Amino acid sequence: MTEPLLRVRDLKTYFVTEHGRGTARAVDGVSFDLYPGETLGLVGESGCGKTVTSLSILRLIPEPPGHIRPGSFIEFEGRNLLTLASRELRAIRGNQIAMIFQEPMTSLNPVFTVGDQIAEAAIVHQGLSRREARARAIEMLQLVGIPDPAEGVDRYPHQLSGGMCQRVMIAMALVCHPKLLIADEPTTALDVTIQAQILELLARLQAELGMAVMLITHDLGIVAGTADRVVVMYAGEVVEQAPTTDLFARPLHPYTEGLLASVPRIDAPAAGGSGGSGGPRGRLHSISGQVPAATAWPAGCRFHPRCPYAWGRCATEPPPLLDAGGGAPGTHTVRCWLVTEPGRRTARP
Amino acid sequence: MNLGKWLALAAAGAVALLAAAAVRRRAAASAAGRRFLAHPTATPGVFILAFFVTIALAAPFVALDPNSMPGIVDLRDRPPSVLHPLGTDVYSRDVWSRIVYGARISLGIGALATLVAVTVGAGVGAVAGYFRRWVDAALMRLVDVGLSMPRIFLLLMAVALWERVPLAPLVLLIGLTGWFGTSRLVRAEVLSLREREFVAAAQALGAGPARVIFRHVLPNAAAPIIVSAALGIGNVMLLEAGLSFLGIGVPSPAPSWGSLIYDGWQHMAAAPWTSTFPGLAIALVVMALNAVGDALRDALDPRQEGP
Repeated sequence: MTEPLLRVRDLKTYFVTEHGRGTARAVDGVSFDLYPGETLGLVGESGCGKTVTSLSILRLIPEPPGHIRPGSFIEFEGRNLLTLASRELRAIRGNQIAMIFQEPMTSLNPVFTVGDQIAEAAIVHQGLSRREARARAIEMLQLVGIPDPAEGVDRYPHQLSGGMCQRVMIAMALVCHPKLLIADEPTTALDVTIQAQILELLARLQAELGMAVMLITHDLGIVAGTADRVVVMYAGEVVEQAPTTDLFARPLHPYTEGLLASVPRIDAPAAGGSGGSGGPRGRLHSISGQVPAATAWPAGCRFHPRCPYAWGRCATEPPPLLDAGGGAPGTHTVRCWLVTEPGRRTARP
Repeated sequence: MNLGKWLALAAAGAVALLAAAAVRRRAAASAAGRRFLAHPTATPGVFILAFFVTIALAAPFVALDPNSMPGIVDLRDRPPSVLHPLGTDVYSRDVWSRIVYGARISLGIGALATLVAVTVGAGVGAVAGYFRRWVDAALMRLVDVGLSMPRIFLLLMAVALWERVPLAPLVLLIGLTGWFGTSRLVRAEVLSLREREFVAAAQALGAGPARVIFRHVLPNAAAPIIVSAALGIGNVMLLEAGLSFLGIGVPSPAPSWGSLIYDGWQHMAAAPWTSTFPGLAIALVVMALNAVGDALRDALDPRQEGP
């Protein structure tokens, strides 16, 4: 296989809490690879460390209170981002790695026209003149499907709808043709119909520009439709990692299983239907409990207090990422003791 | 004052009225502008300011030479008349003309010193609020020191070191002793702005700290800066008047409003108009500035309550 574009190893991003009493281990030993041109879905509930992971890659973690622990390693095209000087880092941000955020309305500066903001990256990284940058901004607006870009370029963010703002954000991110686009819940704040349009747009641009996309979401439906591979996070750790089709066909971690079961399905029969991983379809499945606080992850497997299959070992011994087979080693990995004792996977209580 | 000057003065008044009307028209078009107009004193304030700015700019047309002493014996201490609308002083100089030319100096010092103060204050406040940690601590302790020292004392000290302070250094001194409040205000604003998502977005775009601060953060803090500038000009004018009255401000015979009061106060009994009218001018302009500043605060920064 080709060399990965981005290699994250043992990433630990901790936050010192308000009174200096505890440390929130928001991201605690995350590793994954991202290959050129692919779409990687990063999935998990709120508070499991998805956003912190993405911010860590660009080193946008506010310090203090946050810090990336020594021993963490984020390699982009062979360079360790964590040891770069801030000047070199700025040359990568927005140029090689770009990011779009969850709330398009608040991610745009309210006092500048969208054209100015799109042009900024081109001015910062490519040294374009204002006029060239403006022409470039219009071009980008056209690319992301804003109607009448020559006029839209002089609009202010508050004059645009959420969907249009997200298109502008995408235009901003893609001005310099980055090799990697990190999309942090790009559609969460949007209507469902707009959501589909934005995802379609992202897929089209990815194909046109040949970039890799790291798609952060809590919505498995989005992952199923767009991602090549999926990394499932829970409590600051990667709990399962697999190609998308494999993950949906064979979810191995009880957390993944629970996530899949809790996706509402339009085509599900009203009651008593069989099949699927969620058992009878009468009610929507929900994973009991909540993600524990990042200052006090449970001992052993971090999911065991919520896990329907947990037994003694789970409470004491933290499982490593285990290979689940199904292709070359490392294709499908799971952080669960069930891999060693499949017999314990019983019908859901 | 001949007929031409009176006509020019009438024209200046008309210009000020037109300016105030234009401001009203433009303000009525936006929500913030309507909040501005909701202040009953805002429009008169704009008119007064426009009037003084106009006559200051058009001084040669609406006033006589402020330093000429046409008749040192028979024209001294004359009460107001058609020829000398606000009377003459002890050297037979025309008080109206001195006020008009004084407006240039007093308003000029007010505006320039405030510009200096607001620029420094916004810069320091933005840097402190953006970088936080030791930068913030160091700068804010400096501000604490500055705020705890009486300004007039600092200026007196400067005067003691430098016998006759020329105009430009005086402006700088007033400006450089007046930025502390603004810097606190801007810092507080920047502390909240820096957590906004568009700042993270700008950083993710590869913008450096200078670019983020001056292009992304500060323009969003414009409202409190503008308000503090409007209120600051009035303060500076009062300070300048006080300094001039103490005899350490604008050097005589330059006619600043403070020095006019100082020149006239010994003759209060014989010629009360020599001190009274410059005093009224100061009071009017400062009140107008405060009215406009308060209205601006309500218009631009509705979260803050006026005193």
